[in-house]
Amino acid sequence: MAVLQLREAIRAAMVEEMERDAGVFLIGEEVAEYNGAYKVSEGMLDRFGADRVLDTPISESGFSGLGVGAAMAGLRPIVEFMTFNFSFVAFDQLVNNAAKIRYMSGGQFSMPIVFRGPNGAAGQLAATHNTAVESLYSYFPGLKVVAPSNPDDAKGLLKSAIRDDDPVIFLESESMYGLKGEVSDARDYMIPLGKARIAREGADVTIVAHQKSYWRAMEAADRLAEAGYDAEVVDPRTIRPLDIETIAASVKKTNRLVVVDESNPFASFSSEVACQIQERAFDWLDAPVMRVTAKDVPAPYAKNLIEYYMPRTEEIVAAAKQVLYAN
Amino acid sequence: MAGETRKKAGKPSADGEAEGNGVSAASWNGHSGVPVGDEVASGLDESFIYYPPGAYTHEELGFSGDQVLDMYRNMLLQRRFEERAAQMYGKQKIGGFLHLYIGQEAVSTGSACAMEIGKDSVITAYRDHGLGLALGMTPNECMAELFGKVGGSSRGKGGSMHYFKKELNFYGGHGIVGGHIAVGAGIAFAHKYKGDGGVCLTYLGDGAVGQGSFHETMNLAALYETPCVFVIENNEYAMGTATHRAFAQTDFHRYAHSYGMISSLASGMDIFSVYKAMSDHIAQARNNRPSILEVRTYRYRGHSMSDPANYRTREELDARKEEDPIIRLKGYMLERELSSNEEFDAADDEVKRIVMDAVAFSEASDAPPIREIYEHVYSQADYPFLTD
Repeated sequence: MAVLQLREAIRAAMVEEMERDAGVFLIGEEVAEYNGAYKVSEGMLDRFGADRVLDTPISESGFSGLGVGAAMAGLRPIVEFMTFNFSFVAFDQLVNNAAKIRYMSGGQFSMPIVFRGPNGAAGQLAATHNTAVESLYSYFPGLKVVAPSNPDDAKGLLKSAIRDDDPVIFLESESMYGLKGEVSDARDYMIPLGKARIAREGADVTIVAHQKSYWRAMEAADRLAEAGYDAEVVDPRTIRPLDIETIAASVKKTNRLVVVDESNPFASFSSEVACQIQERAFDWLDAPVMRVTAKDVPAPYAKNLIEYYMPRTEEIVAAAKQVLYAN
Repeated sequence: MAGETRKKAGKPSADGEAEGNGVSAASWNGHSGVPVGDEVASGLDESFIYYPPGAYTHEELGFSGDQVLDMYRNMLLQRRFEERAAQMYGKQKIGGFLHLYIGQEAVSTGSACAMEIGKDSVITAYRDHGLGLALGMTPNECMAELFGKVGGSSRGKGGSMHYFKKELNFYGGHGIVGGHIAVGAGIAFAHKYKGDGGVCLTYLGDGAVGQGSFHETMNLAALYETPCVFVIENNEYAMGTATHRAFAQTDFHRYAHSYGMISSLASGMDIFSVYKAMSDHIAQARNNRPSILEVRTYRYRGHSMSDPANYRTREELDARKEEDPIIRLKGYMLERELSSNEEFDAADDEVKRIVMDAVAFSEASDAPPIREIYEHVYSQADYPFLTD
């Protein structure tokens, strides 16, 4: 084990997989000579050369499509978006080509490609640079969506994503790149996609939260403990496929559920979890499922407004107390 | 490229009314009224070649009479296949959209003759039946795909717009205009990355030139020096919009100049023009020089089956049918006594039988079992779908 920043864990996963498989390459804006807009790919150009670490012009649609073609032809591209906000100009490549070509070809062509980059809000960046995309991309059958909350998960999940024969949307976070944590240095350290992690065991209420929201949920669990409530925190890690079994098992134990999600609330990950849990565990629920999400508005710029916009620890505590009828 | 075929840019006409918007094949050959020196002055001459119709013979191109008959037969197969498909659409055996390639067959067959099938790759848009058949997809699997049967090339999951054949390096069959162009560059990128010597031929229609993805891809392909030929099949209409109503620059090969690429113009009504141009472009691509080849062609049918094509005149259509690539080749062959009338009759009969067999095969093929709806979404065998 070594203590790594999130960016270093992601880099370690890419480096190991590129050393292991000559078909893996990295392409994106500023990934090579600039060493990555957020220094995730620092040193990779020197290590692997310009044939395998490629800078692009600002052409998300073009280089995403190039990655799709390369994947169809048997390579394993890692396509970096400087942020996933910029993936929207490449939307057709992700949701039509990457997601559907396997299906439309009757299984003839696999799509072993990873699109990765920062997701969600990162402070006072205003509406177009603060979008959480997990709800959006997990809508599409054919895609897988991964959203790790810590360096160790990031490494293990990214290695699995790179080796996966299906297209994976791998979501990171600008504000978490410096986050440090113990990371396995086992050579083939793989965390399977679609397996949730019970981060904190508890008996009274289940809180489901991923990525940045996970850390808010853990803070909320501490505060709830101070108030005498024992929260269980489940980190889904993968949004699609979703490990609903683990979440449902937790709910059947605690009988109460709060879902925390940085997406806007309408037709989102949180609404999906709420729906599936009422389908699977209605009889076990002692209270309606509560959601804590970004507000139902575009992300604002002003400091106080963006802080209010994001899921906050006190909102999670309040939601948990509400399902516990503790107010 | 081969010096002897270079013409100093007999500029295709964009005169509009007088010659119709497009350039009839006959009007290209130095009759456009534009001084030849124009393009030379623009600096395009070094990278632009014009392949006029009627300029090449099969002997010059190294084809035997039998090979020419094979070309004829292949084009005729596409024609008869689609005529029959249109009939089956009318009988509601085929659903959804059906975009016919009729009139453009010289482009597909001429290309297939110029490439190394299995080594090189091909990707195109939704008007894909002709290329599929030219590359060697079977009429049975092609027709059954239109019928939505398990005997289809995609087991009935893709339909008319989504032919794929991995063994032939045929990468589809894509329904979103312009969406596949960058994919073509990626396939070419993979050829270069793997060093397998293959090139990717990326076909697109004139309408796709208006998409941003076209321009992004041209830049990337040129920047990364990918072994790619971008073939713009200019059939003069993007659905119902004539090129001159959609583009300020209707000489599409000229876009190559912006990206530092070589380009040419060929006649899609003359298979030898297509073949010669494709051969030269593929040779360039093998040296990692991407290029744009504009092929002037024409579709006789509407955009899709629901389109009566009221945006063009009967006279225009009739005039273009005079240049029919199949009739043209047949005339060429008769004139040179490459094939007898008996051989043509035999070819017609054979093609007709193959197509009728394909219809019978498709009728007999089963509809996909319902359980297959969950197959081929993911490679992961135990993906946990939300099932009912």
